[in-house]
Amino acid sequence: MTDPILDIENLSVRYRGATEPAVRGVSFSLGRERLGIVGESGSGKSTVGRAILRLLDSAEITADRMQFEDVDLLNASERQMLKVRGRRMSMILQDPKFSLNPIQRCGDQVAEAFRTHVRASKAEARAKVIEMLNAVQIRDPERVYQLYPHEVSGGMGQRIMIAMMLLTDPDLVIADEPTSALDVTVRLQVLNILDRLVHEHGIGLIMISHDLNLVRNFCDRVIIMYAGRVVETLAASDLDNAQHPYSRGLLAAQPRIGGSRGPLPVLERDDSWMQPEVRS
Amino acid sequence: MWRMKGRTRSAMGQATTVLVTLFGLLVLTFVIGRIMPVDPVAAIVGEDATNDVYENVYRKLGLDRPLYIQFLYYMRDILTLDLGVSIRTGRPVVEDVLHVLPATIELATFAIIVGAGLGVPMGVLAAVKKDRWPDHVIRIISLLGHSMPIFWIGMIGLLIFYAGLGWVGGSGRMSQFYIGLVPEKTGFLFIDSALAGDWDVFRSALNHVILPASLLGYSSSAYITRMTRSFMLDQINQEYITTARVKGLSRPKTIWRHAFGNIRVQLVTIVALAYGSLLEGAVLIETVFAWPGFGSYLTANLIIGDMNAVMSCVLVVGLIFISLNLLSDVLYRVFDPRTRAE
Repeated sequence: MTDPILDIENLSVRYRGATEPAVRGVSFSLGRERLGIVGESGSGKSTVGRAILRLLDSAEITADRMQFEDVDLLNASERQMLKVRGRRMSMILQDPKFSLNPIQRCGDQVAEAFRTHVRASKAEARAKVIEMLNAVQIRDPERVYQLYPHEVSGGMGQRIMIAMMLLTDPDLVIADEPTSALDVTVRLQVLNILDRLVHEHGIGLIMISHDLNLVRNFCDRVIIMYAGRVVETLAASDLDNAQHPYSRGLLAAQPRIGGSRGPLPVLERDDSWMQPEVRS
Repeated sequence: MWRMKGRTRSAMGQATTVLVTLFGLLVLTFVIGRIMPVDPVAAIVGEDATNDVYENVYRKLGLDRPLYIQFLYYMRDILTLDLGVSIRTGRPVVEDVLHVLPATIELATFAIIVGAGLGVPMGVLAAVKKDRWPDHVIRIISLLGHSMPIFWIGMIGLLIFYAGLGWVGGSGRMSQFYIGLVPEKTGFLFIDSALAGDWDVFRSALNHVILPASLLGYSSSAYITRMTRSFMLDQINQEYITTARVKGLSRPKTIWRHAFGNIRVQLVTIVALAYGSLLEGAVLIETVFAWPGFGSYLTANLIIGDMNAVMSCVLVVGLIFISLNLLSDVLYRVFDPRTRAE
């Protein structure tokens, strides 16, 4: 692995008022690669993403180490974080129907991401946005700039979101289920755009997903989470050889084209899995 | 072209709605006027009139005609702005209303400026600091505003700020000294005195409106605060707020640029409603402050059964609400692109 962009050791997150932490003892590091985090709903994968961006105001975050390049995420002030968020680290959210502001023009929302960090005139920002909209393969970006979120399709909305989040050329992008709200037919298209941009700009990508096939195809490494813990970390190409019973269960619960039509196995759960991960 | 057409159509729809509502309002006031246990003839001729006189007036009022004919006459009168003569004041009701309504509009307008100016920021702050001390303090402030009777705060306010501290003027729209000094052109004291260039009167009017308007505003801010808080809480938890923060926007910018923009439509609705009820229902404060406004006028007429005046007032209140509704519909379109004609 090249020098890590992000290094996390023993991260735990507890929401205010909760008895149990949502994430416990998670450790991983990330270089200029694509890391997948998979797990069922409630396994804490999104919480990890939001904790890295320090978006969880009402949660208690502890870790032995949380280093993003030269920034100590554990002790950085909100003021420092404002320079990191959106500039060096950003996040693509799940559903553009909700993640875009309904009363602002799409183009202006993208431009805001740029003008928050770069001193630029409106015209410069606009030119930059148009260029970026082109890069995410939006035809007729001048027109799309003027549209409101309710006037664009889900696929286009998500491409606008990608444009917004990659515009400032960040070093790390967290994609939180970027395609689960999209139509199957545009999923691949959006993923390919994201993949190409991440590759071209040498961005570190954390792909949070519950879709094993997606992670297998688009990531270099995969972390499997269960009940707030990492149960297994392995190369995406080795996914089929996962050791941990939970990982095996996840794999087995996937339907296969041409496979048996019988009932799929139910996921097994075991309290002993709450123990630290198996490295392979 | 298509856009134009859609817009025209929606404007037509709006106009139809207004007309139907107006018609309904007329029917309502007409029917109420007929079924009220007040004999309009007796109110004019008095209890001791002879049968002849009574019959004469009965016919003159058109009460011998069928109901629908009476209604048509009523419509004609309304459309020609002939609302009849008030028995109490002996003047045409239209004149009376044009005299008292501006006084109330001035009071209510200042009050709503205070109410929204106080309520909206407090509501936003309470939402942002939910369950922390600013939220609790604001809740207490608005609970007090909500639960103290307005006539009581009115009197206490007069006692402290007028009698005690002498910061503001007392009752009435201006000092006795100035009454009748500026010619009444619009009925709005601020406009009239400005037109006449008489800034002493203007200052006196300001001095007199400030206390009742602030108290009314405070009491209506309770509702505005509570609604603003809950609207904001809805928005703060939306995903686009997360997006804004991910972009690197500071919290205040996230709140004002993104969340607040999205509650403007709802705010317009409740502020318009609050304004409407200030216009019709400031009776108590008008009484305490001897404010010669619409509320006092309506109440005085209601008590002696001056039906011409009362029904006209009901009509005016209806008109006020229809226009406020229309205004908020227009503002919806300005504030929310989703409501613009497709």
